[in-house]
Amino acid sequence: MARLRGTGIAAVNYPTGMNLGGDPSQALIHATTSGSFNVVLAAADLGQGLRTVMAQIAAETLGVPYGQIVIQTADTDTGPHDMGTFASRATHRVGNAVKAAAIEAREAVLQLASEELEVSIADLVLDGRGGIQVAGSPQKRRDIADLASRAQFQYGRTIAGRGVYMKPKSDVDPETGAMDPDSTQAYACTVAEVEVDTETGAVAVLSIRSAYEVGQQVNPALVQGQITGGAWMGMSHALYETTEPCYPSRDHSPKDFAGYLMPGMAELPIIEAVVLEVPSSNGPYGVKGVGEMTANSPIPAIVNAIYHACGVRVDSLPVTPEAILRGLDALAQGKGAA
Amino acid sequence: MASVVVAFELGGRPVEVLVSPLATLQQVLRTQLGHTSVKDGCRQGGCGSCTVLLDGEPVLSCLLPVEDVAGRRVTTLEDLTPVDGLTTVQRAFLDANGFQCGYCTPGMELVTKALLERNPAPTRADIAEALSGNVCRCTGYVPIIAAVEAAAAAGSAAAVVASEGATR
Amino acid sequence: MTAQYHVVGESLERTDGVAHVTGRTLYTADLAFPGMLHLKVVRSPLHHALIRGVDLSAAERVPGFVRALTHADVPHNVYTILGLIGVEPEEEFVLPVDRVRYKGEPIVAILAETEAAAYEAVGKVQLDLEELPAVFDMDEALAPGAPIVTHWGNNTFMYEGHPCRRVRYGDVEAGFAQADHILEGEYRTSPIEHAPLETTGCIAVPEAGRFTVYTNTQAVYFSLDNTSIILGLQPNRLRFIGGTVGGGFGGKVDVIVEPLATLGAMRTGRPVRYVYNRQEEMQVSSTRSAETIRIKDGVMADGTIVARKVTGLADCGAYSRQTPYAITKFAANATGPYRIPNVWVDAYCVYTNRTPTSAMRGFGVTMGHFAIEVQMDKIAERCGIDPWTVRFRNAHRNGDVKPHRKVTSDATLIETMQAAARLVGHGLPPELAAMTSAPRTEWEGER
Ligand code: FES
Ligand code: FES
Repeated sequence: MARLRGTGIAAVNYPTGMNLGGDPSQALIHATTSGSFNVVLAAADLGQGLRTVMAQIAAETLGVPYGQIVIQTADTDTGPHDMGTFASRATHRVGNAVKAAAIEAREAVLQLASEELEVSIADLVLDGRGGIQVAGSPQKRRDIADLASRAQFQYGRTIAGRGVYMKPKSDVDPETGAMDPDSTQAYACTVAEVEVDTETGAVAVLSIRSAYEVGQQVNPALVQGQITGGAWMGMSHALYETTEPCYPSRDHSPKDFAGYLMPGMAELPIIEAVVLEVPSSNGPYGVKGVGEMTANSPIPAIVNAIYHACGVRVDSLPVTPEAILRGLDALAQGKGAA
Repeated sequence: MASVVVAFELGGRPVEVLVSPLATLQQVLRTQLGHTSVKDGCRQGGCGSCTVLLDGEPVLSCLLPVEDVAGRRVTTLEDLTPVDGLTTVQRAFLDANGFQCGYCTPGMELVTKALLERNPAPTRADIAEALSGNVCRCTGYVPIIAAVEAAAAAGSAAAVVASEGATR
Repeated sequence: MTAQYHVVGESLERTDGVAHVTGRTLYTADLAFPGMLHLKVVRSPLHHALIRGVDLSAAERVPGFVRALTHADVPHNVYTILGLIGVEPEEEFVLPVDRVRYKGEPIVAILAETEAAAYEAVGKVQLDLEELPAVFDMDEALAPGAPIVTHWGNNTFMYEGHPCRRVRYGDVEAGFAQADHILEGEYRTSPIEHAPLETTGCIAVPEAGRFTVYTNTQAVYFSLDNTSIILGLQPNRLRFIGGTVGGGFGGKVDVIVEPLATLGAMRTGRPVRYVYNRQEEMQVSSTRSAETIRIKDGVMADGTIVARKVTGLADCGAYSRQTPYAITKFAANATGPYRIPNVWVDAYCVYTNRTPTSAMRGFGVTMGHFAIEVQMDKIAERCGIDPWTVRFRNAHRNGDVKPHRKVTSDATLIETMQAAARLVGHGLPPELAAMTSAPRTEWEGER
């Protein structure tokens, strides 16, 4: 009886968004009189940090500090239409809508600045800190906050923007499967190391190391959060989770967290990742979606590592200790027969 | 069965509640006392989201009949959060992104507080042991461990500052 | 690259971070409204049965019982969640009329003054059910004579006249004929529960001729539109408020709790709370479907895949919800990140008497990746090459056409694998280290 170590790899692509029956999201933005901007959406934040990412995209586009952005979302009386938060679509679709709305609002601010400074819009630049200045003449500048206030109280104008992004519908050809199913693709490659206990069949995952290419990251810490949480979830899918332990029989389905097995802190492997950024052709600032894909490559990487460790190929999930022990028995018998 | 009055201390203040028999501390805190930081992930003792401190020790409020806390000291995150700013543990969770959806966070933080009071320099195994009853479906636990370690480091740094202050 | 931006690319503190770490974030179930009723449902104890009768008399005598909702109360009782994007037929019963199709299917909803009273009344509803043969195995469900699960008469979802989503690209048989090796594999995956820490739920509040629904849905408009169809209400009579979800993972895209809670509010004029308990979340909320994936690959001696035939079966349970779309995604991704010139896919969505399935993180793709990537290792072993090399040799690059005819762009598989090799200190042979995702040129010649 032994503890055998092995390494496995897996590489995956992942589609950003779907096309559904046409897949749109909208955003509305308006300036307050103090120069902060309210971004009104209808997308839900599942914990991945949608509000944060949208605030960053809005701030970047408007040229104001992040703290000047207020995100109000998911009230259908105020928020414009959005398909929902799924399919790794939100940063891409909603982000594109926010960027478009911010550009429109920015145009209104620039228009005002150009009138006050008596230069053309083309000669104005944003300093990214809430100021607009004439290119090459930093002393000729206006604060966006002041402009927003004067827009309301002096000029009677709105500083506002509307944005929409839609992935057009693509019908699937029922004969050939021809379709345009996504907007772009992100990539991952994972290397997993495991240790198989040949006495108990237990698999310890020692490390999950991955490279990701997810386009431009808006908030690298949040991307890392998806990668880490996904690595854990992938490990959990690979080795633990099932609602039907006796599938296809429905017996012994777990009803609680005690019965629905998932790894805890004591089972954690080393989780490490590097992230490459190759801007996508159609995401706001070149983003791709990273939300879903992070559980994917760890699963086959772990299963391949198990084979490398002990020679047992398990082709069904989850890979239970019982499956490993049966595989080891079969190997032993095969050897005995040969 | 008639309702009963139960008196205990919540966040340092005495409270008296009229409860139906077998009402859990979790339900009384959430629905009668407005302490909704006490979460409701399972009511089965399986997730830790309903953790509160009872006389300073973490307990699962979903398994605790409220009568059992009569005369005792209950603390929730509402009681610990300063009006302005954050506790050391909260600051550490925020800085380490020790959460995604946030649903497990109050429970994680209360267990962490109790752990660090008992053991200011926990090892990873100590942390895993202390938080073994707290489920997180989002983060993969790694940033939660980082948050606990950061809180421990910040706590010991604060202790050093305090003791240096005392010796001067 | 990030330096060109001021805010994008920075790991800034989350806008909702302080609320989360202080426990001040309000999730749906943390809300309460004056006069709020509690909704709980009576669920089928059988996997497949005729409903002979429902006796509410004992339940009605429970103190705090307010009223029951049956199928007769539901204006548009049979719906399909993807009907919004034109998917047919309408198949799921909000409350079934005469037949239950899975264990845990709701039959009657009870509204009561307290949660305890609702549970007590649920326990007192007498069901008269006649058990029917149930089918749990996908191959059995596809065999002639199997019990039919759907009300519309088929155990497979129909894709424009086909019982499966098809991909036909190139000539797989010619590819197999040309191949040095044929490799077949069958991969099976289990149903998986999203298990969010916050259970699915909503509270519907009547307000001056409208209904405000506080919900943890992942898609407020999608949920609103489906609810308006089911309840026969103009959409402008509904207001959905959400946005803060205690974990989703695809499990909160179904529209199960909102229609019943809103119907309860319509019928009683009072706020109605319908929040799953943990057992409901684990047992009757949708899961990721179990899948059986059969792959046959034709491979050249150097590891190049020249043909792939895939039969995918997804066990969608009693109602298919979002799974038909997942199958389309599965079919679109049957080659993973690799270029394969001849591809044939038949992907089925198979009905069984199991908990309905729906979307989950990695929708249609995650389990395909498992099968494809284990298959890649088997190919490497068969050809006597290492697992890195087989992936580089087959990697799709910009300009390659995928089986669904889309031209690959934004591809970075090769660069990503090179980065992973560097991360783990695995030295790549020079020809792999030199590859790029640029359109293939000389590498083609080396084959
Ligand atoms: S709610 Fe108490 S342990 Fe889950
Ligand atoms: S942050 Fe979502 S459960 Fe922990």
